[in-house]
Amino acid sequence: MDLSTEICGIELTGPVLNGSGTFDVLAARRVFGDALVEEFPFDCYVSKTITMNPRPGNPPYRLWETPSGMINSIGLPGPGLEGFLERDLAGLAELGVPLIVSVMADCAEDFEVLVRRVAARDEVAGIELNVSCPNVHSGLIVGEQPSETEALMKALRPITGKPLIVKLTPNVANPEEVALGAEAGGADAVSMINTVKAAAIDPGDNRTWLGVGAGGLSGPAVRPIALAQVRVVAAAVEIPVVGMGGISDAESALEFILAGARVVAVGTENFRDPRAGSAVTSGLPAALARRGFGSLAEAQSARLD
Amino acid sequence: MRAEARPQAPFGRRPCEVADSRASGGYHIFTLIDSEGPAPAPGQFYMLAAAPEWGGEGGRPYLPRAISYARVAENLTGGLRLDFLIDEVGPGTSRLARMEPGDSCHLTGPFGSRFSLPRELNPEAAGAILVGGGIGIAPMAVLRRELVDRGIPSRSLLGFRDQAHSGGVDELFGCDSTRLAFEDGSSGHKGYVTDLLLQLLEGDDASSAAVYSCGPPAMLEAVRQICLQREIPVELALESPMACGYGACFGCAVPKADGGYLRLCIDGPVVRGEEIATAMAGEPSVG
Repeated sequence: MDLSTEICGIELTGPVLNGSGTFDVLAARRVFGDALVEEFPFDCYVSKTITMNPRPGNPPYRLWETPSGMINSIGLPGPGLEGFLERDLAGLAELGVPLIVSVMADCAEDFEVLVRRVAARDEVAGIELNVSCPNVHSGLIVGEQPSETEALMKALRPITGKPLIVKLTPNVANPEEVALGAEAGGADAVSMINTVKAAAIDPGDNRTWLGVGAGGLSGPAVRPIALAQVRVVAAAVEIPVVGMGGISDAESALEFILAGARVVAVGTENFRDPRAGSAVTSGLPAALARRGFGSLAEAQSARLD
Repeated sequence: MRAEARPQAPFGRRPCEVADSRASGGYHIFTLIDSEGPAPAPGQFYMLAAAPEWGGEGGRPYLPRAISYARVAENLTGGLRLDFLIDEVGPGTSRLARMEPGDSCHLTGPFGSRFSLPRELNPEAAGAILVGGGIGIAPMAVLRRELVDRGIPSRSLLGFRDQAHSGGVDELFGCDSTRLAFEDGSSGHKGYVTDLLLQLLEGDDASSAAVYSCGPPAMLEAVRQICLQREIPVELALESPMACGYGACFGCAVPKADGGYLRLCIDGPVVRGEEIATAMAGEPSVG
């Protein structure tokens, strides 16, 4: 069955991406060798979030297992923009699939630098904007405010003709309003959901478990929340939706397509199986056929009753 | 003589048959048949998840568990026999302990760094001192066998809380050159295994020592301090909350001595004592 598709003009061999920050290809290549590239599990690779300056990440503990999921508070460790462009980007360009680079900043000025520098590189097909950081000027988390999101997009849109994808947070009452703000500002797509705010209590001590107190929940535990939000957002905007949140197999991936996502991303499941993306892809034809679809495109254009 | 580079893990998780599962002291030993993977190196670990009913009752366990192997042998009908020593401390380890022969277990790996040889740590090394605590005796057993195979002398010091938490010793170590410490005094030295280490270092020429250790964080930190104060090279096999084992999740952060963090899954689990700020950061979160 033909699974090829596209997302805002980026041609894809299939609809399966990875969630940003859930698959470090440079580390995985050290561990698994060239098999990682030869059998690359995704149709498009989304980098972990790049920031202006290097970041060490949050103090431990960073992980907590929950029923059907996990909480993380990793804190975006990374080499910073220069380190990424000089050292990491070349390795990400060897994968043979389109590359989307995720960026985050705490002000529009830094966002502009990140987008300009990253978009200028031929290896980069598109940019995902991680807007779950507070704006240093307003103190507001950009992605929680439709107006802030629209204003940021309006500032970034003139910089590049490459696709700009806004990663939406689920931690708002009305995600479709933020999505509409992104669309009005010129976004080419939205991806959703980011993790759900969550905390855990240390079983052996009267304190929070995670080093910074709270984090984000992911895995199948959040899938129903993600499906509801994807459905609402896909109905509200014209631009395509990258759907994610607890996808663990082809069936759950197809649920997101039916909820209105054009393509999907596998995140936490990668931790359980490094080839989870391939497992989703290989199961899609049967999952589509079981629901009566003759192609991926049929499912993408189907609407739920 | 140098240790070989770390083996490369097959890409993806693979089902392995459970060949054996048995109680050992207060712990549990199970055997998996790995028909695909390369022989692991001492210090390395695998990510394990029972194939059926993982994530069953109450949705936990959800993530695979990082477990060091305790023994490796050729399987008569092909592949490797991998032994794992576990203590039932949570839903994951309990589920693994309940696996029965014929069951299937998802396995990914081998992952992580390996122990150096004593002469790589200390050109003057006459042999190795292995300090294991509790479930942490497993990597020490693997290292001891490698040293025996290479004709390198070693002494093993093993510490346990009590008899109910002391499995695997006879099976994995035999009785030669092994000294035991029990905190409750039920056998061997009454007290901590670090008491035995201090005795040994007092009697020895510390300049010819190379120390290896695996065990609970407090024990590892004590071993680390003892060695650093005496300028004795020491390698520690640490444990940390870990979701993936291959560098994807960034969960297994251990503070480095010079600032920042290392990822224990790919930069460890075997680290030099002076590389890290503390061994206390590592602790299994999920059992």
